[in-house]
Amino acid sequence: MQSFLLLTLILLSIGGYYLGRNRAFAVAGGQIRHLHSLPSFYGSYTALWCGLPALIVFAVWATLQPSVIIDLVVSGMPPELRNLPPDQLNLVVNDLKNLVSGNIVSSTPDAAMLDAANRYHNLQLIGNVSLWVVILTLAIAGAAYAWRAISPSLRARNRVEQVVNLLLILSSTVAIFTTIGIVLSVLFESILFFRKVPITEFLFGTQWSPQTALRADQVGSSGAFGSVPLFAGTLLISGIAMVVAVPIGLMAALFLSEYATPKFRAVAKPALEILAGIPTVVYGFFAALTVAPLIREIGAAMGLHVASESALAAGLVMGIMIIPFVSSLSDDVINAVPQSMRDGSYALGATKSETITRVLLPAALPGIVGSILLAVSRAIGETMIVVMAAGLSANLTANPLEAVTTVTVQIVTLLTGDQEFDSPKTLAAFALGLMLFVVTLILNIIALHVVRKYREQYE
Amino acid sequence: MNKPTPAAVPAAFNRDIKTIVNAGLQRRHAAERRFRSYGLIAISLGLLFVVLMFANIIAKGYPAFWQTYVQVPISFDPAVIDPQGIRDPAAIESADYAALVRAGMRRMFPAVEGRTELRALYALVSSDATYELQRRIHQNPALIGSSQEIWLLASATVDTLVKGNIDRTLDETERSVKDNQIGWVDKLQATGKIEKQFNTILFSGGDSREPEQAGIRGALMGSFYTLLITFLLSFPIGVATAVYLEEFAPKNRWTDLIEVNINNLAAVPSIVFGLLGLAVFINFFSLPRSAPLVGGLVLSLMTLPVIIIAGRAALTSVPPSIREAALGMGASKLQMVGHHVLPLAMPGMLTGSIIGMARALGESAPLLMIGMVAFIVDVPKGIMDPATVLPVQIYLWSDLPERAFVERTSAAIMVLLAFMVLMNGLAIILRKRFERRW
Repeated sequence: MQSFLLLTLILLSIGGYYLGRNRAFAVAGGQIRHLHSLPSFYGSYTALWCGLPALIVFAVWATLQPSVIIDLVVSGMPPELRNLPPDQLNLVVNDLKNLVSGNIVSSTPDAAMLDAANRYHNLQLIGNVSLWVVILTLAIAGAAYAWRAISPSLRARNRVEQVVNLLLILSSTVAIFTTIGIVLSVLFESILFFRKVPITEFLFGTQWSPQTALRADQVGSSGAFGSVPLFAGTLLISGIAMVVAVPIGLMAALFLSEYATPKFRAVAKPALEILAGIPTVVYGFFAALTVAPLIREIGAAMGLHVASESALAAGLVMGIMIIPFVSSLSDDVINAVPQSMRDGSYALGATKSETITRVLLPAALPGIVGSILLAVSRAIGETMIVVMAAGLSANLTANPLEAVTTVTVQIVTLLTGDQEFDSPKTLAAFALGLMLFVVTLILNIIALHVVRKYREQYE
Repeated sequence: MNKPTPAAVPAAFNRDIKTIVNAGLQRRHAAERRFRSYGLIAISLGLLFVVLMFANIIAKGYPAFWQTYVQVPISFDPAVIDPQGIRDPAAIESADYAALVRAGMRRMFPAVEGRTELRALYALVSSDATYELQRRIHQNPALIGSSQEIWLLASATVDTLVKGNIDRTLDETERSVKDNQIGWVDKLQATGKIEKQFNTILFSGGDSREPEQAGIRGALMGSFYTLLITFLLSFPIGVATAVYLEEFAPKNRWTDLIEVNINNLAAVPSIVFGLLGLAVFINFFSLPRSAPLVGGLVLSLMTLPVIIIAGRAALTSVPPSIREAALGMGASKLQMVGHHVLPLAMPGMLTGSIIGMARALGESAPLLMIGMVAFIVDVPKGIMDPATVLPVQIYLWSDLPERAFVERTSAAIMVLLAFMVLMNGLAIILRKRFERRW
């Protein structure tokens, strides 16, 4: 229905374009040189007048209509329904919507509900019809205004370009609105959370069991929100990942930039970067179904007890995932070291490896540290591998063979289960998200700063 | 001659230095070779991981492209399908087709008796067999009264057994398939009544709790709608932003702020975008949960920085002479960009966008937050229907213990990877075809 209206609007605008262009030819008497702008600009001018105001009204109307209709319907309900607490009222409204769309309803509808459903249906009909009327009137009125305004002296190009420029500016602010949206959405819920749970407990508590008790005497549902074990688990897994990724990635980058023939490099570099293109859910599957059982068997053969969701498995696979990040970032950094430094070292009789360890690495060190920091922030924010391969229980341990849980795992488990929106359990996920956002942001800022500062030295 | 000759001193000295230097050289060259081999080992390890992972997934997944079928003699008994003999479509639709399947199974093994034995026998074919018969009668009511040999879908346990993934040496109580069932399956195999056919259900079915009936079509369509929304939103906005920042924006604090924002957004963990989607799109704008529309909105915010960064790189690679020439011919700034710079930068922008879309296709963490993890049987028909996407389907299936689901998960991964290869290949071809050195 609404997409059909949108289509009509687009067709109308296209019609407006041709109308405006022909009008421009007509007012110029076929002599284009009398016009201020090219005829196509007069066409675009008419099309914009036809489409833009109507589109804005359409967007506002479409977002407001559902809630206005619900308000009207609710205010028309009998008082015993109207005065229900908000959450029950929500249920009633949901039932109502299902009733209108002909789905299965949770209870047999009574007279009041049927009445309300009828009203809802009628209001929707009225709303849709008036939407059509308003939009079409606006579009035609806009086109007519533009059509009348067209004259050889109308500065159509400037007007059109102003609108386009405005659209460009608007789209470039989307990035800012996204950041504001992220900050506000996690901050709001986190503030609600910190009203229920003191921030000191969240930051320094060592107990994490977000299940709040339904009954007073329930076992194991203390509802403790100390995030230290989560961050310890995140650090443990990221640490293992770094132990895997940094040596392999760094050595690979050194080999590719210093030793490899151009041919070998042309093949090996993209092949290594395949690892960066594989979806993380695939890594998670690999970790959970292949690596974890393998580690458990090896551990059992050595007489060690390994948890089936050990931190080691998740960390190892995450390390594999991060190898290309470390290698391609350090590759850039190493290539940025001026050739004259290498040549100087060779001239003094140093071998390649001596040049690398004594000249290249010290010179590239800040950049390499920056790229490792970026990789760490990547590891901390990684979700699917740990959701699939790491555990759920919050253990405060440094033993990689035990199961630990991470911040991202907890966010997923807290939010994919039941959904009550004001319980501390759900809000805790947003507080964890805030922490995650802040930590990765700080890491990124430091890393980018370090890398940029280092680049300036050699440029 | 106890006096050393002048020539002998340097000789002895030379020898000494030579041995020292040679010994040192040997050590240093050994260190050099060691260092070099470390590098080679690191590269090979990385490549080994790539190969291992692909080999592991392909080995696990390729059997899922074949599915076991059992040939059963079915007689479409009019007394069961159409007892009144009036060919009433409603009655035919609701007839007891399961009885026909059971009768067919009994006809193959007349010797089987007793409730538990018979139940084990019936369990050889999938519950889909009933619907298969119903579909056939629906398509061709003339079948009523005839007898036919029909290939029916085997149950997941039989499928696993035929593919050799059940250890027959285990004790009967420890495996999902019983001794008598193994006997029947072997007999059917010996007479050629069991066959592996290409698994079309995998590509035509929605999700299901029964592994043999589960397919990825629902997830594929969900991914398609989600990516469609992502592309429609992020490509125009991304291109517009890149054009504004590269061509129009004055260098001031405001544009600096935008740039810093874009760079930071590119590094925000994907799950945080999921939290944004949950709080803003679902709770604030009350858009429907699990809908591809919301998924597309979230993913387009994530893809935007990738497209903007690629777009700006493409724009800067267009030489200034083109711009100056256009301006010199009297074009306005917008005409210069629209007629000359943008068409030249478009291949680069498209390449970046395709790579961004490939990344969005593989993304699952933010979609978990907005409810695209529900168990959804129906194939979504639009952007407002509840849906899931391919990576999330993989995540959901990977949790299920049945061997047949492990197989299907790997097969779904293979399909996902095939799409990624396709998209990245397209990007590489685009780049090769349109890359221009000025």
